[in-house]
Amino acid sequence: MANTTINPTRMELTRLKGRLRTASRGHKLLKDKRDELMKQFLEIVRRNKELRKRVERGLEQANGAFTIAAAVMSPEMLEQSLLYPKQSVELEVGSRNMMSVNVPTYTFHTRNEDPADIFPYGFAQTSGELDAALEALSSVFRDMLELAEVEKTMQLLAQDIEKTRRRVNALEYVMIPDLQKNIRYISMKLEENERGNITRLMKVKDMILQQAHDFK
Amino acid sequence: MSKIAVLGDRDSILGFKALGLEVLFAEDRDRAAKELHRLAREEYAIIYITEDLAQTMMADIEKYHDKPAPAVILIPGRSGSLGVAQGALKAAVERAVGADIS
Repeated sequence: MANTTINPTRMELTRLKGRLRTASRGHKLLKDKRDELMKQFLEIVRRNKELRKRVERGLEQANGAFTIAAAVMSPEMLEQSLLYPKQSVELEVGSRNMMSVNVPTYTFHTRNEDPADIFPYGFAQTSGELDAALEALSSVFRDMLELAEVEKTMQLLAQDIEKTRRRVNALEYVMIPDLQKNIRYISMKLEENERGNITRLMKVKDMILQQAHDFK
Repeated sequence: MSKIAVLGDRDSILGFKALGLEVLFAEDRDRAAKELHRLAREEYAIIYITEDLAQTMMADIEKYHDKPAPAVILIPGRSGSLGVAQGALKAAVERAVGADIS
C-alpha cells in the first residue's frame, strides 16, 4: 500500500477515512477476541497438564502390572486371553463452539455397562496380575478420553489464536499506519492546493486592479 | 459412530484390546506412519500413539494438529513417560502465545 499512488481528492479522502474507521473497529474486536481466546487457552493448558499427569501415572501402573502378568504367563496364553474382547466402545463425536472455534466433544458408550465385567477370559488359566492390569487400564480410560478432548481443543485453539494474533498485528502495524499516512498525505495535498488557489486569486485580483488603474 | 484406535508396540498396548479399542501393532516408523494416515482417513476420531513410536514420526502427527478430526494423542509406552507429550504441549503454547511462558 505504501508504494501505490493515491489520488489526492476529497472522494479518496472520505473513502480512506471510512476504511480507517472499519480497520480500527476490526482491530479492537479482534484484540478482544484474542484476549478471551488466550484466557480460555491457558485454562485448557492447565487442565491438560493435570490430566496428562493423571493418565501417565495410571498407565504406568497398568503397564507395571501388565509386565508382571506377561512374565508370569506364557506369551501365547496372554495373547489368547485377550484375543476376543468382551467389551466394545463406541464413541460419539459432538462439537462445541468455543469463541467461534469448533472443538470436538467425545461421549462414549460401552457395550458392557458393568465395569467389573470386562475380563474377556476365564480366571482359571490367567494370573491375577492381568486382572489388575486391566482394571487399572479401564479406570484410566475415562481420563484418557477427556485428555483427548482437552488436547484436541488445545491444538485447535492454539491454531486459532495464532491466526487472530497475526491479524491483530497486521492491522495494528501495517494497515492502520498506512491508512493514517495516506489520509495525512491527502489532506496536506488538499490544503496545499487550497493555498495555491488563494495566492492565485490574490494575484489575479492584483492584476485586474492594476489594469483598471492603468485605464484611468 | 466413531472408533478409537491405539497404535504402538505390542507389549505397551495389548491391554487396550480388552477395553474394546482397536489395537494396531506397529514396530517401525514407516509402517506406523502408513497406519496412522489410513486410520485418519477412516472413521477413527481418536488415535492414541505410544511416545516411543511417536517421536520417530512427529512430522506425520503434526499434520493432524490443525484438523478437527482425528485427535492424535500421545500416551506413555512400556518404558514410561519420555516427555514427548510435554514437549508437544509446550510447542502448542509457544505457537499460541508467541513466546515460551512456562
